[in-house]
Amino acid sequence: MDLSLLVYGDAGWGDEMLMGALMTIAVATCSYLLGIVFGAVFATMKLSHYYILRLIADAYTTIIRGIPELLVIYLVFFGGGAVLRSVAKGVFGYGEYIDLPIFVTGMLCIGISSGAYSTEVIRGAVQAVPVGQIEAARAVGMSKWLRFWRILVPQVARYALPGLGNVWQLTLKETSLISVIGLADIMRHSYIAMGSTKEPFTFFLTAFFLYLGLASISNRGFLRAETWSNRGVRVT
Amino acid sequence: MDFELMQESWPKLVGAIPETLILAGSSLSIGFVIAVFVALARLSSNKVLSNLAYGYMYIFRSTPLLVQIFLIYYGSGQFRPFLEEYGLWVFFKESWFCAILALTLNTGAYTSEIIRGGIQSVPWGQLEAARACGMSGFLLFRRITFPIAMRQALPGYGNEIILMIKSTSLASIITILEITGVAKKIIAATWSPVEIFIIAGGIYLAINFILTRLVQWAEIKLSPQLYRDRVSFWTMLFKKEENPTAVDQVAR
Repeated sequence: MDLSLLVYGDAGWGDEMLMGALMTIAVATCSYLLGIVFGAVFATMKLSHYYILRLIADAYTTIIRGIPELLVIYLVFFGGGAVLRSVAKGVFGYGEYIDLPIFVTGMLCIGISSGAYSTEVIRGAVQAVPVGQIEAARAVGMSKWLRFWRILVPQVARYALPGLGNVWQLTLKETSLISVIGLADIMRHSYIAMGSTKEPFTFFLTAFFLYLGLASISNRGFLRAETWSNRGVRVT
Repeated sequence: MDFELMQESWPKLVGAIPETLILAGSSLSIGFVIAVFVALARLSSNKVLSNLAYGYMYIFRSTPLLVQIFLIYYGSGQFRPFLEEYGLWVFFKESWFCAILALTLNTGAYTSEIIRGGIQSVPWGQLEAARACGMSGFLLFRRITFPIAMRQALPGYGNEIILMIKSTSLASIITILEITGVAKKIIAATWSPVEIFIIAGGIYLAINFILTRLVQWAEIKLSPQLYRDRVSFWTMLFKKEENPTAVDQVAR
């Protein structure tokens, strides 16, 4: 193991690995946020009165949580461009070759799968809010939107935080899969470095510790956020 | 939708089911044994042992499975002379061995937490009663702690089984042709992802559906006192509304 390969600068791969880490953080954050948006939408659908909306949301979570993420990645990677081109041609009359940027493809894939887990977390959190609170809000004359923003959102956020912390860990780890389609994240850079230095263990071990570091730091952050969100809540 | 292609390719995808099941089955069973020992080490009063177990669990749960697979599959190449000297290279050059090793270590870490939770949930009174009867050590573990812990851990372990079935798809990246590997090969050759996705996804969903129902059935079989009616596995598999309802504990 030659650790001098990891120095920062032209001589080593330290800067490349660091850029990879930044890319991982960027794609993980974007897909996590996208996942929360999906989660909020589909959780609303799951709790809706309309059977068809519930059915769609159930199908989404069941399918996405039941099949491997890698399969979803292949679907979007090989199929996304074709859909985009047919939309561009049919709707905008744009016949040139276009393709989804890899970052967007990756963000979509991981966002979709992270969204399925977020849906369940948010649905559980909404159901954990006592009905009495909504009734009380209605009794004091709050409108639907006011009830939503003042009563539901703050409590749902608090109940959902631990679960969303888990979803973040999942999302962060799942981003490693996008390297398969060529996004320049930690894994991809390690792979390239392996190719030119013939020291696979050194680089994958570095990747291993980078992920470990990212997971530990963000885990600590979520724990602090949890403590913060529970301030003033009576412990029984 | 290209139905001809679907018709052509489904036998290939179905033919890859054994590979997926072998990967998942072997790593789950070896991982389970590792997990029991890790859980026990974690709960032991020996500080060194419990810290080691915690470290193993933490490290493997905090890093992506893909890194673990690459670290073993590609990383072992860096130590080839060393491994050859001890005759281990024959194992590490096989992608099957590396995939199963990585999956095993991974599931071992996750399962150890599930089992630890199960062991900790064994009521103290049960252990006291067993001690009063004169059991101790391994006998106590085998007869009292382990069976009760397993019942508690079963729902969580069911989730782990599903996760493992999904995780086996990563083995396709190191050239193993299980369902996802075959699917990718066909997609790359025919460039029609939707059709293949529907078949491959359907196969995974079917496997996972049957497995979840099997675990639920095992739950009922292991704690029959909690359920009103006797059910056969087939009624559970096909008639959802006739699922047995848990008897209300308070009412009893």
